[in-house]
Amino acid sequence: MERPFAITLDVGSSRANHTGSWRVERPVYLDYLPPCNDACPAGENTQRWLYLAESGSYEAAWRALVEDNPFPATMGRVCFHPCETACNRVKVDEAVGINAVERFLGDVALDKGWELPRPGSAADGPARPGTASGRRVLVVGAGPGGLSAAYHLARRGHQVVVADANAEAGGMMRYGIPAYRLPREVLAAEIDRLRPLGVELQLGHVVRDLAAERRDGAYDAVYLGVGAQLARRTDIPAGDSGRVLDALSLLRAAGDGSIELGRRVAVYGGGDTAMDVARTARRLGATDPVIVYRRTRDVMPAHDEELDGAIAEGITVRWLSTIDRFEGGKLVLERMTLGPDNKPVPTGELEELEADTLVLALGESADLSLVEGLDGVQVHDGSVLVDASMMTGAAGIFAGGDVIAGSRTVTDAIGHGKAAARGIDAVLGGEVRAPATRHELASFERLNTWYYDDAPRTIRPELDRIRRQSSFDEVFGSLDETNALFEARRCLSCGNCFECDNCYGVCPDNAVIKLDGAQLDGPPQRRYVVDYDFCKGCGICAAECPCGAIEMIPELI
Amino acid sequence: MRRDLLPTDAVAAGGTPEAADTGAGTSGAIGDDPGAGRQRLRFYQVGSFAVGNRLADPSQRTVQSDATRSNSLDSGHRACQGCGEALGARYALDAAMRAAGGQLVAVNATGCLEVFSTPYPETSWRIAWLHSLFANAPAVATGVAAAMRVKGRSDVRVVAQAGDGGTVDIGFGCLSGMFERNDDVLFICYDNEAYMNTGVQRSGATPSAARTATTEAIGPDPGAPFGQGKDLPRLAMAHGIPYVATATVADLHDLEDKIERATLMRGARYVHVLVPCPLGWGTASADTIAVARLATQTGLFPVYEAKNGSVTSVSKIRRVQPVEAYLGMQKRFAHLFGTPGRPDIVARIQAIADDSIARFGLLDSHAGEPAERGAR
Ligand SMILES: Cc1cc2nc3c(=O)[nH]c(=O)nc-3n(C[C@H](O)[C@H](O)[C@H](O)COP(=O)(O)OP(=O)(O)OC[C@H]3O[C@@H](n4cnc5c(N)ncnc54)[C@H](O)[C@@H]3O)c2cc1C
Ligand SMILES: Cc1ncc(C[n+]2csc(CCOP(=O)(O)OP(=O)(O)O)c2C)c(N)n1
Ligand code: SF4
Ligand code: SF4
Ligand code: SF4
Ligand SMILES: [Mg+2]
Repeated sequence: MERPFAITLDVGSSRANHTGSWRVERPVYLDYLPPCNDACPAGENTQRWLYLAESGSYEAAWRALVEDNPFPATMGRVCFHPCETACNRVKVDEAVGINAVERFLGDVALDKGWELPRPGSAADGPARPGTASGRRVLVVGAGPGGLSAAYHLARRGHQVVVADANAEAGGMMRYGIPAYRLPREVLAAEIDRLRPLGVELQLGHVVRDLAAERRDGAYDAVYLGVGAQLARRTDIPAGDSGRVLDALSLLRAAGDGSIELGRRVAVYGGGDTAMDVARTARRLGATDPVIVYRRTRDVMPAHDEELDGAIAEGITVRWLSTIDRFEGGKLVLERMTLGPDNKPVPTGELEELEADTLVLALGESADLSLVEGLDGVQVHDGSVLVDASMMTGAAGIFAGGDVIAGSRTVTDAIGHGKAAARGIDAVLGGEVRAPATRHELASFERLNTWYYDDAPRTIRPELDRIRRQSSFDEVFGSLDETNALFEARRCLSCGNCFECDNCYGVCPDNAVIKLDGAQLDGPPQRRYVVDYDFCKGCGICAAECPCGAIEMIPELI
Repeated sequence: MRRDLLPTDAVAAGGTPEAADTGAGTSGAIGDDPGAGRQRLRFYQVGSFAVGNRLADPSQRTVQSDATRSNSLDSGHRACQGCGEALGARYALDAAMRAAGGQLVAVNATGCLEVFSTPYPETSWRIAWLHSLFANAPAVATGVAAAMRVKGRSDVRVVAQAGDGGTVDIGFGCLSGMFERNDDVLFICYDNEAYMNTGVQRSGATPSAARTATTEAIGPDPGAPFGQGKDLPRLAMAHGIPYVATATVADLHDLEDKIERATLMRGARYVHVLVPCPLGWGTASADTIAVARLATQTGLFPVYEAKNGSVTSVSKIRRVQPVEAYLGMQKRFAHLFGTPGRPDIVARIQAIADDSIARFGLLDSHAGEPAERGAR
């Protein structure tokens, strides 16, 4: 074509000039693993369900949550929320109230009667024709671990029988954790929701010989979730007037209202159970329960919020004290000091403490008599040994929760139940899927916190102190819809695009395309794609993405 | 006094545009809420700071967040990687396009923005756009506005734009005349603090101590001299024109709000936008917005709005920073750091920032005194 002097180009748009060739690095959109998800022992995708809750899509949020954990209303009350400890927002102001939002979603679901996903619906489950696998699985123990295993197994199409010695399901959630922290109706309603999935609960059924039970019931696999039901005791010389109880029997009896404690109650131990016992004693009429603990606050195993709750209810703690003997309405204590490795060392100094009842909260151990003589099941230090798929040394027998070593919490047990269900499914011939590759962690350093507004954490309503000393009413209230929404929106969405449009806005080359609901192949697309014809690789989009969802990677030139 | 000269027909012909505010001095004092005039979003995870937000009402999102924004300056332009001027120009003109309902003419002085967008006969502009010379954009724009008036096209809004050289130095005579006549033009200066297109020569907007090709980092007073240069927003204010504002590419909501308001007003309007230049400043291309943000958070670049010669609102500093944080990331100030460095010069620049903070009232009491800077 003839062109005027010194003109080398045709009339037209600069779009003919593909500046993408200048690039030495390219931006890519990635999903990172938010620290909250990473820390959740039940493997919840917290960031994902918070994202859904933020737009008020509570049912979608709840559905995302129950993919991993069938008991949000319960977990929203009793979980020690390691997610919040890990939350990146801690470094901005305070952690997102993940647990409070979880409880809100759980309560809304119960209120609206939302049902759990049906058999055959497991997201990472088997691709089987029909839903029923024809395989039978026995779950021993209807604690959180056993129920979680049952739920995930039922969703994979297996026939599940849950046997539990108790009259009601729930394990320690029902017989240990006091009602002022977990109202029994909430727990019962969440457990009831498992029944339509075909989970059969055999209550009052003690399993004494697992091998026989497995054979007689023609079970293809077993989940052992019997927890730790045996109270640990210690030898304390006690005269006839001293009444000594263990924590588990007291908590169990308090639930039935069948106990008289006396006015002066001493609790021996420093774990969460000791706190629960002292607070329960308070509610049963003890005037000033005292916790006796061998060491100091810094090394006490109880969670801070449990101890604070106890102190707020008028409970006192005798630090650095052991019990020498219990005689005639008084305890003789011995003062300790902390030696190396935080070990308590006796001082020989004695003092007295008036008490009618002494409750031992010294921990619990598992009664594993039902697997004695079962080939392959190995026990070490009172805990059953399992492999990565939660299988014991005996083929087809899996275990989790308090019977295995690790931190003993409801949340861990739920995670174990889920992992074991996956393991059992694989053994039963389900499709064996490689575990999803773990994404790289969305560390705080990835975030550009400039963009987040200042938003202090919402405080949960708390029952007043006077009522807390006499009733088993729940101590913490729920968030209402407005503040639950606000709390969800405090989430920084670490490492996962939340459609803030920053990358689309800040690109000097208009090289980010906003999909804005476009339908490429299938459902409407949110999010964005980079137009590599024009992207010069400046990196502004990655630098200004609030949540760090964009990474610059070198071009292979 | 220049208010009497306001062409009343232009005001009356305004249609939807907000008429020029003639109530000089009545509109609030310095220290107004930074969000005054624009709606602040209720807390939505990223509040009002990010470009958009899936949760916000569409009417509260920025022009830039709109998938159908005009992209006045299209892809394929030849600006450097991470060019702040390309970004600022698209931000400003897309906002003006929306405010003017697409009825916009832009006149461009010579400079990077013109050169990288329009290697004849190819262009990146998707709006009516013309270029004549380095010095005369204000005068040409005045002519365009007059032509529109003659044609009865009161709906068409006219924008003139130039770099800092084209504005504060070579174009200043034409611009001052345009101000004085209160011509119906919105003039936007994209300030990258030097003559970038010809290889980074000092302009009247180059900050003291900055190294440029004509102010080398040698001798006892390295870089651009202290005590010289021009503060054009304040010179514009001194003309008493209806509207003067400063903005940066680091606060899109603020920039769009000002451009929209300015587009709808009649008479001479001036918006001065800080647009970092990775090449001339010696910053990483990814840091264009970050460095602009630091210019505001140190107080070195005050962001404010003035009507009829009086400041009516300022953007408060949110996370106050020491000038080192800003200077330290730019190679044009590298000679101030290291050993022995020039802490005395850094201190002089800090004093300039402190003066600007005091003059414009940039700090809220809760944001901390200058002494506490860097705390957040
Ligand atoms: C007082 C107290 C408070 C606690 N508070 C919290 C808390 O706030 N948050 C938290 O996360 N964790 C808490 N925990 C820990 C938590 O309750 C346990 O870690 C969790 O319940 C363990 O779950 P699991 O499924 O392994 O066993 P369990 O919950 O102990 O359930 C085991 C079940 O197996 C049944 N069983 C046992 N042997 C047999 C048998 N041979 N045949 C049939 N059934 C049998 C039992 O009846 C029981 O129902 C608390 C524990 C206690 C004791
Ligand atoms: C009258 C005249 N003198 C000099 C030049 C050369 N020239 C072209 S662009 C430019 C610098 C422009 O600087 P500025 O206005 O700050 O814009 P920037 O390139 O920095 O965006 C110069 C000196 C010219 N085009 N016309
Ligand atoms: S801010 Fe949100 S995504 Fe990030 S760790 Fe906290 S809850 Fe998880
Ligand atoms: S901002 Fe635009 S040009 Fe720069 S790296 Fe991102 S997509 Fe590419
Ligand atoms: S900048 Fe915003 S829209 Fe872009 S990837 Fe990050 S979160 Fe998503
Ligand atoms: Mg310039």
